[in-house]
Amino acid sequence: MEVVRSDRKSSSNDVVVSTLPLYRSAPPLEVRLEDFELFAMDRLRVLKGISDGLSRGKKPEEMENLAMDLWKANMRHLEATEGVNKDVISHFVLRLVYCRTEELRKWFLSMETALFRYRFHSKSSEAQRVLMSEFKLPYKPVSNAEFESVKDKLGQVARSMGQTLPAADAIFYKVPFEEVPELVAGRRVFIHKGHAYVAMNQVVSLVVTQFRSNLSKALILTNRKWTSTIREQEKDRLAPIVEALCTSYLGPDYSQPKEFAEISIKDIDQISKTSFPLCMRYLFEKVREDHHLKHGGRMQLGLFLKGVGLKLDDALAFWKAEFVPKVGAERFDKEYAYNIRHNYGREGKRTDYTPYSCQKIISSTPGVGDHHGCPYRHFSEENLRAALARMGVGSRVVEDVMDKVHNRHYQLACTLTFEAVHGSSCDAGINHPNQYFIDSQKILQSKNGSVA
Amino acid sequence: MEIRVSIDREKDFEAEMTKEEAENGRDEMLIDGPEQANTVPDGFNATYLRIYYGKLFPHADIFKWMSYGNDGKHPACDKSYFGRREFSFTLENDIYIRFQSFNSVSELENSIKEKCPFKIDIGPVYSVDPAKRHAYAQSGHNVFTPVERELVFDIDITDYDDVRYCCTGADVCLECWPLMTVAIKVIDTALRDDFGFNHILWVYSGRRGVHCWVCDGKARRLTNEQRASIADYFRVYKGNENSNKKISLPGPVLHPFLARSYTEVLKGFFEAKLLSKQNLLASEERYEKILEMIADASVASELRGRWQENKRLSMSKEDINIARWEQLKHILQSGKQKSQGLRRCVEEIVFSFTYPRLDMEVSKHMNHLLKAPFCVHPKTGRVCVPIDPNNCDEFDPTTVPTLSQLLEELNKGGLRQDAESEWDRTSLGESVTFFRSSFLLPLLKSCKEEIESSHNAKLQQSKNALSW
Repeated sequence: MEVVRSDRKSSSNDVVVSTLPLYRSAPPLEVRLEDFELFAMDRLRVLKGISDGLSRGKKPEEMENLAMDLWKANMRHLEATEGVNKDVISHFVLRLVYCRTEELRKWFLSMETALFRYRFHSKSSEAQRVLMSEFKLPYKPVSNAEFESVKDKLGQVARSMGQTLPAADAIFYKVPFEEVPELVAGRRVFIHKGHAYVAMNQVVSLVVTQFRSNLSKALILTNRKWTSTIREQEKDRLAPIVEALCTSYLGPDYSQPKEFAEISIKDIDQISKTSFPLCMRYLFEKVREDHHLKHGGRMQLGLFLKGVGLKLDDALAFWKAEFVPKVGAERFDKEYAYNIRHNYGREGKRTDYTPYSCQKIISSTPGVGDHHGCPYRHFSEENLRAALARMGVGSRVVEDVMDKVHNRHYQLACTLTFEAVHGSSCDAGINHPNQYFIDSQKILQSKNGSVA
Repeated sequence: MEIRVSIDREKDFEAEMTKEEAENGRDEMLIDGPEQANTVPDGFNATYLRIYYGKLFPHADIFKWMSYGNDGKHPACDKSYFGRREFSFTLENDIYIRFQSFNSVSELENSIKEKCPFKIDIGPVYSVDPAKRHAYAQSGHNVFTPVERELVFDIDITDYDDVRYCCTGADVCLECWPLMTVAIKVIDTALRDDFGFNHILWVYSGRRGVHCWVCDGKARRLTNEQRASIADYFRVYKGNENSNKKISLPGPVLHPFLARSYTEVLKGFFEAKLLSKQNLLASEERYEKILEMIADASVASELRGRWQENKRLSMSKEDINIARWEQLKHILQSGKQKSQGLRRCVEEIVFSFTYPRLDMEVSKHMNHLLKAPFCVHPKTGRVCVPIDPNNCDEFDPTTVPTLSQLLEELNKGGLRQDAESEWDRTSLGESVTFFRSSFLLPLLKSCKEEIESSHNAKLQQSKNALSW
């Protein structure tokens, strides 16, 4: 894939339109720099949507509908060819974005594989067969004689899933069981002597396994290319875009406090207990206790407070009151005040900085002496349990929360905590600490009839 | 104190004996009368263990096994293979040393003899020598990663505490041990018939459970996802402590694997043994637990009514558990119970009480450590001996040789020195022989074939490349 250089013409007519692109190799397409980023953002919206859906435990059918809706909303193009181009380009841009760490690769691999699964499933069986042949899978349908010999068992498996018996002309593929782990895990295939008998309506698993393994290998290669050449060659052009894309948060950014604008210092203590998510509550308690916070903590809490509606003057007063006992007024004015004004866009490049999203907080890497980060991810199990107990979360919910934590659904763990603390459901899930705050205030307001 | 293990020949032991004498004081020395000349006091300690590692532990067999044919002379052998395997030692006082690696059988043997670990764990084969992992880490790329590992299973009797009334926790007796036997039968059959594995080693964990090592080449190369899929294939438990029904078997019929396990193993065991051995329906407290699993409250209360009534009647001829079970089955499976779910309750109850309970996490990840066979359990002093899955009914955990028993047997052997087969003079001999003939030899044979065929394939490939 080339990013546009003036002397080349668009070559979109040469692209072979297939039922679904398999992203085997980067297309010889030219891409305008804006499209490079925009296409990637659009695809990212789809992947993030899928990720949210999965972490909220949606059922497979719901997920398929969700994915197809997301795809239509973000990726469809009036012209079919352009649509395919956008599909392919955005995939390869994100490959670059998400090749760079193990964690990013893992996320991208899961989401792209899920997306491919839903798209494959929605295709006609003719298109599916074409795709299967494109993967060049070395599997042949089971012969009639063999089918007869295992027919009873195949029927037993089908009925165990509440399906009808396979017809006499049903196509089954005999594959090593290693190729279809999800079918094995669900006992949805008959397995004999190391071979699984996969029905035609199950080949999606076979294809998806292949897709996943191809993409996994490709991501490793892309990563090597990125570190060895691309990052350096593109350091002024693509690299900044690529580096910004993976942390970009696509929901509302909460940089301007809206509904509950203007809180004053005297309310903070009260509000921190009722409406702060655990990450902020903990930072808030720490700054009260230690009269200090390291940079990461000041940023995470400071920007959150800005989003909550703390004005610059109040923010300065708040931090000063906390820090002075430890560092003295003079040092505070010299070393810390600048940073607070900076966060409010009054210094330096005058950017109005946005509060951190959950994703950014979860992927942060707090070190020794740091208190920022996501408690669900960064606390030890023991400390997290104690912290939840202090928030008044009942022991049964704590188990549910820990279960989510063990499965690395940190936002879902936070959502459960929110629901337990507020005695009210939170269907949208928690994606941003400021969203937690706003949702909490809404609930409290409706309960009390007045702002807390 | 009489541990006459060829003291005259081995200086190490002489040194140890002196230390032992010092530790145990004079009392035991005084007991040393003619009648007790060959008794070794029960127990587990470093001195006993040192003799065990010196005389009995089959170092060479473990090395042969873990080399998987790569210690041979064939040009396709991977000489680095054994050296990339992680061993972990738990020393006396719970000092735990991980990432030990050895390049030869003598390195392995010397280290075990020198460190005298209370427990030896075996981990995966890594991409690079685990002892040098830090050196590789400095190169920037994370090349230190597990590449091969036996597919392992860990079944622990403590996980059955809600369905056994004879013992709790770490205790195990002949009443509840058959639960382990059933687990071996169900899992072993599925590993062979369904998954097509051939080289499977079952080992007594030394106290309260069994370990299973699946050693076929394709088992060792499974990814974590594939391991998890096998573990999930075996999983039927879904509930937690707060749900009455821990097993849910949905669908109009059972999957062939579950159906086979039920008809060939579980049903017979439940009805012929477990019901009466554990008195599952004899008292109100116990039968209530089973009635809770019946989805229809009216059916449950009908049974409850009958059982409360007939508790006074003498059921002298027939076992009360069996009689009540027949009643339960009759009601649930009789024609008038149309609902599929209710008929399924019978199977669900049997599965709840008998189906193997695996420690899933051990099987799902390549880098989980598992105790090596032929270790000695520090709490029981029993050796982790192999179990023959074809004769697992005969395995009796209470007669597994203990450390002190083996040393005693060595003593009895007296001066009959036969350095090659010390264990033949002890009851460990049988276990070592079984390990070799039933597991190690067939395994090494197939490893050799695999190495040769992959070598030939490579030769063929390079020939083709040349001709082209």
